[in-house]
Amino acid sequence: MRNLVSALFAGALFGAGLTLSGMTDPMRVRGFLDLFGDWDPTLVFVMGSALLVTAIAWRIQPAMARPLFGEKFSLPTRKDLDSRLITGAALFGVGWGIAGVCPGPGFAALALVPVAAVIFLGGMLGGMILFRFTLDK
Amino acid sequence: MAVPLLTPDWLQIPGFPGADPLAGVLGGALIGLAASFTLLGLGRVAGVSGIAARAFGLSGEGMPRSMAVLFIIGLPVGAAILNLLTGRGAGSFPEWPFLLVAGVVVGFGTRLGSGCTSGHGVCGVSRLSARSIVATVTFIFTGIVTILIMRALGVAG
Repeated sequence: MRNLVSALFAGALFGAGLTLSGMTDPMRVRGFLDLFGDWDPTLVFVMGSALLVTAIAWRIQPAMARPLFGEKFSLPTRKDLDSRLITGAALFGVGWGIAGVCPGPGFAALALVPVAAVIFLGGMLGGMILFRFTLDK
Repeated sequence: MAVPLLTPDWLQIPGFPGADPLAGVLGGALIGLAASFTLLGLGRVAGVSGIAARAFGLSGEGMPRSMAVLFIIGLPVGAAILNLLTGRGAGSFPEWPFLLVAGVVVGFGTRLGSGCTSGHGVCGVSRLSARSIVATVTFIFTGIVTILIMRALGVAG
């Protein structure tokens, strides 16, 4: 139960941060990617601030035997660079550029511009299903 | 319907009157706190694409499915609360064909590349993970190229 409430809280905090930062505004995101046009540096501040805070958490994590509300840490361990990582990230960037929306803001936008969010998320779900039945290992 | 700037004039970056650095720093800190809470509280990485795939039943990895579903529900709940408190909204979204195509590419790409802006960009880069740094540089690069191509073709998006 504590687990579930914590997960809801984490998601809500994330959604609030995305909305406050302007990342739910596709024009602002595309403005950051428009490096050779009318460049908007706002996303640099969002990333910088988020990275600084999260880096502190990564420094604390090794000193903890277990998470505050869970049994054990389950964190990514892979270190290899493979073509799937790079191809996948490259594709994601293309989609990110086309609409200025990534998964987090897509879900957050359900509360702000529901119709647009549902169209984007519908496509995203479709893409995930396509992956599940093609290249998923 | 552009979202009003949070940054006062005296704090504005010279040469970038449309930027909103204060909103970026404050919102980014909240995003960082959410990622930190997910890491230290739940023992997991806050990668939205992976958590979404888990919630939809399309991935066998990651947090328990019930937790994934609640995390995903939390995203619009948090956005709604912030919107009520501050009036900050979503700005204008592109036309539906762009949203749909972008969604498909984002869904497929994030699964193939094991992450998006949150998992790789925030959690992985702050951990100095080589995979996440490479992924983040890659998706920012292809994002910039995509905008360039769309501009050259005269496509609005």
